[in-house]
Amino acid sequence: MSPSLDPLGAALQSPPVPAPGCSQAPVLRERGQREVFCGLTGIVWLHRKIQDAFFLVVGSRTCAHLMQSAAGVMIFAEPRFATAVMEERDLAGLADANEELDAAVTKLLERRPDIKMLFLVGSCPSEVIKLDLSRASERLSRQYAPDVRILSYSGSGIETTFTQGEDNCLAALVPTLPQAEGDEPNLLVIGALADVVEDQFARLFDALGMENVRFLPPRRSRDLPPVGPSTRFLLAQPFLGETARALEERGAQRIAAPFPLGAEGTTLWLKAAADAFGVDPMRIRSATAAPEARAKRALEPYRAELDGKRLFFFPDSQLEIPLARMLSRELGMELTEVGTPYLHRQHLSEELPLLPAETALSEGQDVDRQLDRARAIRPDIAVCGLGLANPLEAEGMTTKWSIELLFTPIQGYEQAADLAALFARPLDRRTRLRI
Amino acid sequence: MQLTVWTYEGPPHVGAMRIATAMEGVHYVLHAPQGDTYADLLFTMIERRDKRPPVTYTTFEARDLGKDTAELFQSTLIAAYERFLPQAVLVGSSCTAELIQDDPGGLAQAANLPVPVVPLELPSYQRKENWGAAETFYQLVRAMAGGQVSQSQNSDAAHSPLPAGISPTRGENGLFETPGTPFSPLAGEMSPEATEGGALAQASQSQTRRRPRCNILGPTALGFRHRDDVAEIRKLLGEIGVDVAVVAPLGATPGDLARLGEADFNVVLYPEIAGVAAKWLKRQFGQEFTTVVPIGVGATREFVAEVCRLAGIAAPEFAPEKPQSNLPWFSRSVDSNYLTGKRVFVFGDATHALAAARVATEEFGFTLCGLGTYTRELARDVRTAAKEYGVEPLISDDYLEVEAAIAEAQPELVLGTQMERHIAKRLGIGCAVISAPVHVQDYPARYSPQMGFEGANVLWDSWVHPLVMGLEEHLLGMFREDFEFNDEAVPSHLGSGARTAPEPAEGIQVADCEAPAGVGWGVDAEAELRKIPFFVRGKARRNTEKYAAERGLAEITVETLYDAKAHFSR
Repeated sequence: MSPSLDPLGAALQSPPVPAPGCSQAPVLRERGQREVFCGLTGIVWLHRKIQDAFFLVVGSRTCAHLMQSAAGVMIFAEPRFATAVMEERDLAGLADANEELDAAVTKLLERRPDIKMLFLVGSCPSEVIKLDLSRASERLSRQYAPDVRILSYSGSGIETTFTQGEDNCLAALVPTLPQAEGDEPNLLVIGALADVVEDQFARLFDALGMENVRFLPPRRSRDLPPVGPSTRFLLAQPFLGETARALEERGAQRIAAPFPLGAEGTTLWLKAAADAFGVDPMRIRSATAAPEARAKRALEPYRAELDGKRLFFFPDSQLEIPLARMLSRELGMELTEVGTPYLHRQHLSEELPLLPAETALSEGQDVDRQLDRARAIRPDIAVCGLGLANPLEAEGMTTKWSIELLFTPIQGYEQAADLAALFARPLDRRTRLRI
Repeated sequence: MQLTVWTYEGPPHVGAMRIATAMEGVHYVLHAPQGDTYADLLFTMIERRDKRPPVTYTTFEARDLGKDTAELFQSTLIAAYERFLPQAVLVGSSCTAELIQDDPGGLAQAANLPVPVVPLELPSYQRKENWGAAETFYQLVRAMAGGQVSQSQNSDAAHSPLPAGISPTRGENGLFETPGTPFSPLAGEMSPEATEGGALAQASQSQTRRRPRCNILGPTALGFRHRDDVAEIRKLLGEIGVDVAVVAPLGATPGDLARLGEADFNVVLYPEIAGVAAKWLKRQFGQEFTTVVPIGVGATREFVAEVCRLAGIAAPEFAPEKPQSNLPWFSRSVDSNYLTGKRVFVFGDATHALAAARVATEEFGFTLCGLGTYTRELARDVRTAAKEYGVEPLISDDYLEVEAAIAEAQPELVLGTQMERHIAKRLGIGCAVISAPVHVQDYPARYSPQMGFEGANVLWDSWVHPLVMGLEEHLLGMFREDFEFNDEAVPSHLGSGARTAPEPAEGIQVADCEAPAGVGWGVDAEAELRKIPFFVRGKARRNTEKYAAERGLAEITVETLYDAKAHFSR
């Protein structure tokens, strides 16, 4: 392993990793039935993150049904999302789809006058009939400016898998960000994080002496961070390919780093940013040493429980590879197959070398064949979606349902043990139950 | 386009999935984009099934659209057949696949599978979940009961009728004296091999006389309490001397469907699902079917009478020393006096809404202040019933319209679906769930039918529970300023049901429930209004404002409040 990939060296006391890790490892690419969510599901957390935004899906009854099924118990709160359900007349050309959409938006904004930003979210049906939502959002923006800003993106299943919906949403925000003035370097942290995690990271950057740090998405739509050639950005999530591309188009540069999962991951992530801003290594050490040590202490009991346990990832969110890295290096878990819906080589360039070389990587899915492999391997924990979890439990396999990893604060030092606990809990439960 | 916050029904292909998942030996190949597999978790999480639904999706993506999606469908179909080896295959499209028009039916025919293939035409932009389930069941019944499945393909086709009288979850327990039925409810319960001479007994039984035999039609996967309703009705039928030939679609195989014609008549538990199939079976085999849905004590008694008429047996005597349900006594006991005339709003699928309206008025002594359904197919029945109860029928699948109607009616209890729980919570009204759509808590572990005599017990408990109890209600009316026991506090026996809106009429932005223009409340009158218990306060406010508006009063005083009270109490 090259020194640059493990800048803290022995201080981390992590197990030695074979030279290239999984950088050059072959990846099994499969096509077939994919048991994954579409990008609309991202709305479930995005509508809580951006507090004055509303998400209007333009789609079918299926889309509305998905949203309320995925939103689960949260449906008792007044949600900031809805669906404009297309009907026969919209398809038959009897109704001007654009007029119909304008009417739905008007009705919606009358009901929710507090909304400042409206996303028109494309779905499979609206994409297939080629309803131009970007033009519609421009038209409606003119009508409702300056009170409501109206944007559009696609969350359709034919184009996006689960977390890619957030990617497209943030990418749609990028052109609306104000231009950064001057050439003083500023840092943008990209990806929706739990509020508590965001606050912790803000304090850590402060301790590093980095002042000009902003987060995207913001909590309020009027609080958009500026971007320009002086901007460096740091991805907090691995599924942000389109957003990174849009930011690069505006002259911003990405800081390559592993993702902030676990004690080691968080330190490497912070250090990459601090190095890019020329922060003194001693200052980096002093800012990160105490919380990193605390995170490692908190991880210890979980390491005792999870060490040597064999892990299998079904594809879901693109978080699989960073999670697998954290679970193998910091908790001693053994990786069997790590599946991901989409493998972004460039954004994972700092992660792949940290994976054990014998890890089997797969991209895409043929769910029946992948289930056959999982049954042959019989892992101690299978990480999978809710469509597979109970059936696998009934076959005697312990599972960890993967959606929870998007709905729980898992990034940063203080959450490292919570992340470990998510994986330890199903095993703990299995040993407790005597029935 | 329709602006939809919540939808009462899913798309029609979810209805088809409910049929496929309910049955054994049926596989559904669904042409659908990536992501539509979300529907699996309705079954694995909400209904908590321990197997994946028997559905294979093509999950096409944008890059497939430029290529041959028809070829993708066909290869998926063949792979699914080879892997799962079903006895029959359903093929169809989801809403997006309907737009690209690949014709799964034609493609499946070309694939030439060695089992029956039933193509489904489910218009996603016109129809919904229950329609999809009804159509799928009808098409399957037509294909199978019509004789497409040969005996040789289905080794189980010849097995004896499923025994009635004993439910899988409850022991047998004879409520009725059943005159003239020589066989105990246990008849047919044991397999012939299990008892010595059993086969002989079985043979002689069929030679002499057999008990009347019916099918139970309608229960599906993801149905509201279908599991326990079936158990309860099986038990009931067994007690009155009727055997059950086939329960379908829940638990049935294609081979079972082929035997549907062997029964003497059909019991239709859920007309939304099985109505069409039952009518076809009547035309095809001359089988009559039941029209009374046995929800509530009165309806169950009528159901028993109807079944006996169809079965050609004497109606059973009700044994008074063995009360069939606790509901009649519980409802007559003085503790229930305070339930009299409580205003209740009922909404749900047509079957459950109609049944609830009857039970609420005839068996609980409530007053119906609203009745509605999202089932357009049975709208006429609901309109007729609403007219009889003297309320405006609400036929709508628009959540916002239902919300406005409930806010307008100001009920003290809402009987509805999961969606009405949102509305009731927002308005601070007690609510019980009577119909799908429902969430995970309404697929309970315990035995909780809605139908039959035990179902009536369940209804009693679950509908009374959200109401403030009698003494509590009296004390709230007498002492308004108790610091811990007041109407802002959560009812003491309920963890849930806290009112989130300070006052119903203010908590919601519905244009037509604002106070009429020009009528203002005086400070004293407003204070006096607050002394009225919260569950009737909204109604008092509305009535007073109406009274004042009709008389052109500029301000509402304490006098106006009591004038209106006297006026409306007539």
